[in-house]
Amino acid sequence: MDILFLLIPLSAVLVLLILAVFGWAVHKGQFEDVEREGERVLLDGSEPVDDDQSAISSPRKQFRDRQSGQS
Amino acid sequence: MANQSTSASPVYSDTVVRAFALVAVVYGIVGMLVGVIIAAQLAWPELNFGIPYISYGRLRPLHTNAVIFAFGGSVLFATCYHVVQRTCQTRLFAPGLAMFTFIGWNLIIVLAVITLPLGITTGKEYAELEWPIDILIAVVWVAFAVVFFGTVGTRKVRHIYVANWFFGAFIIAVALLHIVNSAEIPVSLTKSYSAYAGVQDAMVQWWYGHNAVGFFLTAGFLGMMYYYIPKQAGRPVYSYRLSIVHFWALIFTYMWAGPHHLHYTALPDWAQSIGMLFSLVLLAPSWGGMINGIMTLSGAWHKLRDDPVLKFLIVSLSFYGMSTFEGPMMSIKTVNALSHYTDWTVGHVHSGALGWVGLISMGCLYHIIPRMFGQKQMFSNKAVELHFWIATIGIVLYIAAMWIAGVMQGLMWRAVNPDGTLVYSFVESVKATYPFYVIRLGGGLLYLTGMLIMGWNVIKTVANGKAVAAPIPAVVAHA
Repeated sequence: MDILFLLIPLSAVLVLLILAVFGWAVHKGQFEDVEREGERVLLDGSEPVDDDQSAISSPRKQFRDRQSGQS
Repeated sequence: MANQSTSASPVYSDTVVRAFALVAVVYGIVGMLVGVIIAAQLAWPELNFGIPYISYGRLRPLHTNAVIFAFGGSVLFATCYHVVQRTCQTRLFAPGLAMFTFIGWNLIIVLAVITLPLGITTGKEYAELEWPIDILIAVVWVAFAVVFFGTVGTRKVRHIYVANWFFGAFIIAVALLHIVNSAEIPVSLTKSYSAYAGVQDAMVQWWYGHNAVGFFLTAGFLGMMYYYIPKQAGRPVYSYRLSIVHFWALIFTYMWAGPHHLHYTALPDWAQSIGMLFSLVLLAPSWGGMINGIMTLSGAWHKLRDDPVLKFLIVSLSFYGMSTFEGPMMSIKTVNALSHYTDWTVGHVHSGALGWVGLISMGCLYHIIPRMFGQKQMFSNKAVELHFWIATIGIVLYIAAMWIAGVMQGLMWRAVNPDGTLVYSFVESVKATYPFYVIRLGGGLLYLTGMLIMGWNVIKTVANGKAVAAPIPAVVAHA
C-alpha cells in the first residue's frame, strides 16, 4: 500500500486547489444575485449586455448602482 | 480575437456546433445499430457467423465507444460550444481550434471503427483504444479545454452560468481520468501494456470507469440540462442556489465511488467500504440535480402536454433519478453480492444510458438543430412525439427484461443444495436468460427505430432551413 504515500498528499493538494477555485468564485462575486443570473439565459439576446453585469465591472459598483435605484 | 467592432455586427461561431450536432445523430444511429446486433448475437450466437471481425467480443467495445464517445461526445461538443458562447455572450475563443477538435474527434472515431473489430484493444472497459489513439484523444481534449476556458476567460458577462461550471468540471476531470488510466507502455504500434498491474490496475480502471460515467455522462449532460430545460420551458432554473451546492457536492463525491465495481474482489476491504459509502452519499447531490431540473417546470407543467421536446428533457431526469437511486443501492455490498456479473448491471447501465443520456441528448438536439437552421422547431413535431413514446417504451422493455434476468441469475448462481453443492450449472442460467435477451433486443430495436425517426426529421429540417448567423448582443457602457 505504498501508493498511499503518493495518493494522500496528492488528494490533499487537489482539495486545496478545489477550495482555491471556490474561494476565487466567492471573491469574484460569482454567487451574488443568482436569481437574476438564472433568468439571464431567458433573455432573447436582443438587449445589450448591461455593463453592470459585464466582466469588467466590480461587485461594488453593482451594489452602489442598485442602491441608487438602477434596475 | 474577441474584440467587437461597432461597425459590423458580431456573430456567434456556430459552424462547429452545427457539424457536431449533425454527426451526433449519425453516430447515435450507428452506435445503437451495433447495440442491436450484439443483443441479437447474445440471443442467437449463430449470428457471429464464425467471422472474427463481427464477433460479439469485438463488436461490444465498438458499441460502447460509439454510443458513449461518438454519440455522447458529439452531443457534448455541440452543446458545450453552443452554450458557452451564449452564456458568456462572446464568440468562441479560437474557432479554428474548435474545428480541429471536430476533425480530431471524428478521426478518433474512424480509428476506433477500424481497430476494434480487428481485435486491437487494451482490454480496459471504455478505454479500449490503443496508445496512438489515446495520444490523439489527449491532444484533441487539450484543444477543447483551450477553446472552452478561453471563451469563459474572454466572456462579456461577469457571472459564469452554472452550466459552464458543469462543463468545466467535465472537461478537467475527463483530462485527468484519461491521462492517468491510459498510462501504458507501448511494445508495438498496435500493442501496449498498462502501467499498472493486478488489483491496482483494476482500481485505476474503475476509478476511471465510474468517473467516465460521473463526469462524461453526468456532469457534462447536467451542464446541458441546466441550459436547455430553462430555454425550452421558458422558466429559470428552479433554485440557482441548489444548482451551485449540488455541483460542488457532486464533483467531490463522484471521485470516490469507483471501488463499488470491485466488491468482493481482491481489492482491500477499506477501499471497497469507501466506494460503498461515497456511492450512497452521491444519491443526495444527484437528486438535487434531478429535483432542480424537474421543478423548473413549476408553474408550467401544462407545457409538457403539447411540447414533446420538453417531454424528452423532463423524462430523462426521471430516469436519471431512477438510475442514481438504483446505483447507490447496487453499491451496497450485500446487494452487490447478488447483482455483480449479472444482467442487472447491464439494466442499470442502460437505464442511465438510454433513459438519462439518450433522452436528454435527443431533447437538446431537437432544441438546437432547428435553431441552427433558422427554424423555431423541428420539421415534424408529431415525429418528435412519436420518437419520444417509442423510445420510452423501448427503455422500459429493456430495463425490465434485464432486471428480471439479473436477479434470476444472481439467485440461480447462489442456490446451494443442503449438501453444499450448487443447484444449477452455469449453462442452465444462460438458458434461463434466453427469453429476456429476446425481450431486451425488442426494447433496443424500438430505441433504434426512434433514432431513425429522428434521423429522418433532422434531414427534413435541414433541407427546409438554412444556416443562420446569430448576432451577439453588444456591451453597453454606462455613464
